[in-house]
Amino acid sequence: MQFGIFTVSDITTDPTTGRTPSEAERIKAVLTIARKAEEVGLDVFALGEHHNPPFFSSSPTTTLAWVAAKTSRLQLSTSTTLITTNDPVKIAEDYAMLQHLADGRVDLMMGRGNTGPVYPWFGQDIRNGIELAVENYALLRRLWTEDVVDWQGKYRTPLQGFTSTPRPLDGVPPFVWHGSIRSPQIAEQAAFYGDGFFHNHIFWPKEHTQRMVEYYRRRYEHYGHGAADQAIVGLGGQVFMRKNSQDAIAEFRPYFDVAPVYGHGPSLEDFSRETPLTVGSPQQVIERTLGFRDYVGDYQRQLFLIDHAGLPLKTVLEQLDILGEEVVPVLRKEFAALKPAHVPDAPTHASRVAAAGGATDSTVHAPADSVTGQVQAVEAR
Amino acid sequence: MTTRTLAVVSAGLGVPSSTRLLADRLTASTVDALRERGVPATVEVVELRQHARSLADNLLTGFPDEGLRGAVDAVVGADGLIAVTPIFSASYSGLFKTFFDVLDKDALAGKPVLMGATAGTARHSLALEHAMRPLFAYLRATVAPTAVFAASEDWAGANTGDPALTGRVRRAAEELADLVAGRPPTAPVDPFADPTTSFEDLLRG
Repeated sequence: MQFGIFTVSDITTDPTTGRTPSEAERIKAVLTIARKAEEVGLDVFALGEHHNPPFFSSSPTTTLAWVAAKTSRLQLSTSTTLITTNDPVKIAEDYAMLQHLADGRVDLMMGRGNTGPVYPWFGQDIRNGIELAVENYALLRRLWTEDVVDWQGKYRTPLQGFTSTPRPLDGVPPFVWHGSIRSPQIAEQAAFYGDGFFHNHIFWPKEHTQRMVEYYRRRYEHYGHGAADQAIVGLGGQVFMRKNSQDAIAEFRPYFDVAPVYGHGPSLEDFSRETPLTVGSPQQVIERTLGFRDYVGDYQRQLFLIDHAGLPLKTVLEQLDILGEEVVPVLRKEFAALKPAHVPDAPTHASRVAAAGGATDSTVHAPADSVTGQVQAVEAR
Repeated sequence: MTTRTLAVVSAGLGVPSSTRLLADRLTASTVDALRERGVPATVEVVELRQHARSLADNLLTGFPDEGLRGAVDAVVGADGLIAVTPIFSASYSGLFKTFFDVLDKDALAGKPVLMGATAGTARHSLALEHAMRPLFAYLRATVAPTAVFAASEDWAGANTGDPALTGRVRRAAEELADLVAGRPPTAPVDPFADPTTSFEDLLRG
């Protein structure tokens, strides 16, 4: 099982000091957090994509490429990539490029985005959200798996003889997860393709997660990709930990009370009961997290949100230390002991290359290119 | 005959509340009218006052907490709805509106609804027609033609109250009973049932 963190890249005032970090400061903080994630032994770092304040992460592949260069083992992912408003051609190009730079340590999570205004900024309409997700993703897959694509659809200009470069590393595109809180169509999409399904599992009651995952598993089996319990499931989670649970609650409460999304509403205690939020000791986080398996089955990826609501970098790094030293090693062992042998691990580049029968050089050389002189080579093949 | 369920939403704030009193009159009369049509009915009352904080939380978090979830499920799953609010500032109360704001927009589509309202004077009575009826029209509910308004003076007099009010209650209850008895019981909609259109169809757009 993979463990990691996901961030939405919000720039939020620290309510205990009244201080708001600059963009420059917060961007550097997230880079530090990503490197620290590898250092403490986590497996995955996932970064969100947003195009409006208070978020900075409009350009996730740029950030992830930097992280790739500074790490050696960490799997890089997104939380999420906007499949609705990004041109699928640009996603195909950007993430194949990132895949090469990161030696394959890349996967993506597709999402539709939760803000209406973002759609018109990119020439789209939120009312077409599901249709955009369906059409754009179908094109993205073709761009990664077919060297030359002729395509016509509803939401972008047609393509004639188009080749997306670079081609996916070793001829194998990045693994894709689809994220949705409550749209069965997206779980259906993930099941149809045999892709992963990720439920963000934070800020919402567990029943949403349970129903969506149940549906995805059933449909995954329907489409013939394997048994329902072999479908690839990822979950989010939100934690804040201190050695003593009372200290954790006292320290987190001022952040919770005024946090974006849920602040000024339910109490920390109510929200902890109604959603998977866990504020307490490492042992409490371990127990709660192990309990997720009771309602989603054996799953492959657990990501934690630990850096939002204005928490200072120092605190976030302490949270990472606790995760790495006290929580994840226990979870790794416990989950592994519970998982039956026929349930697969989360796909990685290596496992996908092996499943494809080995790496292939998928480079497409221009057939009549007078600059590179590849004409001969192509004819000789 | 299948037993039908009536949900009663009362937005009264006082204890006791004249809004709840009107809701109870409408409910008792509707149960009687259904019984006369050979339809047994059960009743579930939702006092919004008890969910006031949860409703505010729901606006912020986007989901109902456990207690409010029970109330929402009772209303959405009912075969008929009796909705009664006090009139504040020329319209339904904010608490009343908030409850209908947190329902899915299709949750009440086709549902038989009987509307009632209370206020200090009869000068507020058309708020039912000018404010509350458009709300339920937007939600595509099937609203009984008679809406019942009770002002302070309607409660005056003997235990039975104003005979005119009793008559309006009876007429409205008959209308709701006809609507409820005339349609099949509400079947729960499962958004996670296997889809009727295939993903291939979705792909073809």
